[in-house]
Amino acid sequence: MLSPVVDPEGAPFWRYAAQGELRVQACADCGEPRFPPRPCCPHCQSFATEWRRMSGLGRVWSYVVPHPPLLPDYAEQAPYNVIVVELAEAPRIRLVGNLVARPGARLDSLPPDRVRIGAKVRVVFTDDGMPQWVYA
Amino acid sequence: MAGLKDATAIVGIGRTAFAKHLPDDERTLACRAVLAALDDAGIAPGEVDALASYTMEETDEVELSKAVGFGDLTFFSKVGYGGGGSCATVAHLAAAIAAGQASVGVAWRSRKRGSGPRPWTNTAVQLPTPGQWTRPFGLLRPADEIAMLTRRYMHEYGATRDHLFNVALACRNRANQNPAAIMYDRPLTREMYMTSRWISEPLCLFDNCLESDGALACVVVSRERARDCRQRPVYVHSAAQGLPAQHHGMVNYWNDDPLTGPAWTAARHLWKHADFTPQDVDVAQIYDAFTPLIPLSLEGYGFCGRGEGGAFTEGGALEIGGRLPLNTAGGGLSEAYVHGFNLITEGVRQLRGTSTAQVPGAATCLVTAGEGVPTSALLLRS
Repeated sequence: MLSPVVDPEGAPFWRYAAQGELRVQACADCGEPRFPPRPCCPHCQSFATEWRRMSGLGRVWSYVVPHPPLLPDYAEQAPYNVIVVELAEAPRIRLVGNLVARPGARLDSLPPDRVRIGAKVRVVFTDDGMPQWVYA
Repeated sequence: MAGLKDATAIVGIGRTAFAKHLPDDERTLACRAVLAALDDAGIAPGEVDALASYTMEETDEVELSKAVGFGDLTFFSKVGYGGGGSCATVAHLAAAIAAGQASVGVAWRSRKRGSGPRPWTNTAVQLPTPGQWTRPFGLLRPADEIAMLTRRYMHEYGATRDHLFNVALACRNRANQNPAAIMYDRPLTREMYMTSRWISEPLCLFDNCLESDGALACVVVSRERARDCRQRPVYVHSAAQGLPAQHHGMVNYWNDDPLTGPAWTAARHLWKHADFTPQDVDVAQIYDAFTPLIPLSLEGYGFCGRGEGGAFTEGGALEIGGRLPLNTAGGGLSEAYVHGFNLITEGVRQLRGTSTAQVPGAATCLVTAGEGVPTSALLLRS
């Protein structure tokens, strides 16, 4: 499986995820959340940032079901779902992830026909600190 | 200010064969396409003083210039974002020539994607930002990224797989008329489409462009110079690039309105500087790495309203004789996928009156580059 190659702006997201927390970057001056993390705020151009804890609740905005050819670790689990989740507190923040049957489960642990746009989901984390989503 | 309008013209086009596998390497293919385009124009290589291509082009200016025998170059430019750069290569040359920076420009693209590795298998290149937010979760390929937008588009607007099939069919039908197309003698049926294997649901095999080897080139000169060339000039009427505010590339999910892509931005500039409107376009060459890029582009370039792109494809609208004949050499879906450069050369053929699927009396053509990435577009006229 591919591990995230972390850049300086993104590093706090993954540090918090490793602690089991979903946090997104927000401007410490004007308060606008933003994703992916960036050096400065596109609304007010401030460089002051904070990492705001989210409830971890959201809705499925869209999803796909990839089939091979894929990289080997993914081909082995295909077909699996990939979802985009819009966060409950900040619907314009949309995170890519996977809807799984239970925390730590494989990508293909939930049948693709169980995925629906609009479904309510909740974040969980693997032992490796990767966010995943389960039905809320 | 209309400094670019009809100030330059495409006077030569050239290409190699298209195939799943060609024995020549990319540099050799580039040289062949460029020489064919110059021969078509009747211009000697030594007169070339400007070049433009894509940042993803492997054959650089030094290699090409030395191999083909160009003169002193005074302008060279490369455009980023893969297939989004196709029309911008011509736009850069047109701007340079109109501004007096050069007099004879060549744009080209050479690619061995049919027999070479898939770009997405190179994880070292693919993983850094924004790949950290998508690829570990198995959103690995361009098809997956566009399929995500497609599912949402279908959900919001009621677009269907039949609409996507209409796109695939129009391209295939035109390829069936074009002996140079990889899919020349291979008709497509609705049953073949609906029963084909999935690549990334909701996209199936026939929603994806061809893996191709091939190279193409074109020659751009001033309006005055064009009068002395071998071929009837095809004028660069309007040109635009587009990178919308807060855009995020094909994973354009981190944006207020992910279904309004770069086409909308390019279109605003393109039409602002044009003497005609979408209703006056006789034929269109719209970037088709994936079928859903067509309805999204039809909306962006103003051929229909928001959410109406799927319905626009109904009733043979994209076929010859339809409301907007599309990708008349077969496009990336059925002629060859060479990062959209074959759409430019087909636009030129239509306005010369020499297409294998000629639209009678075609005098205006829209050509677009990749939608979903920072893009570009051209309005061509005869």
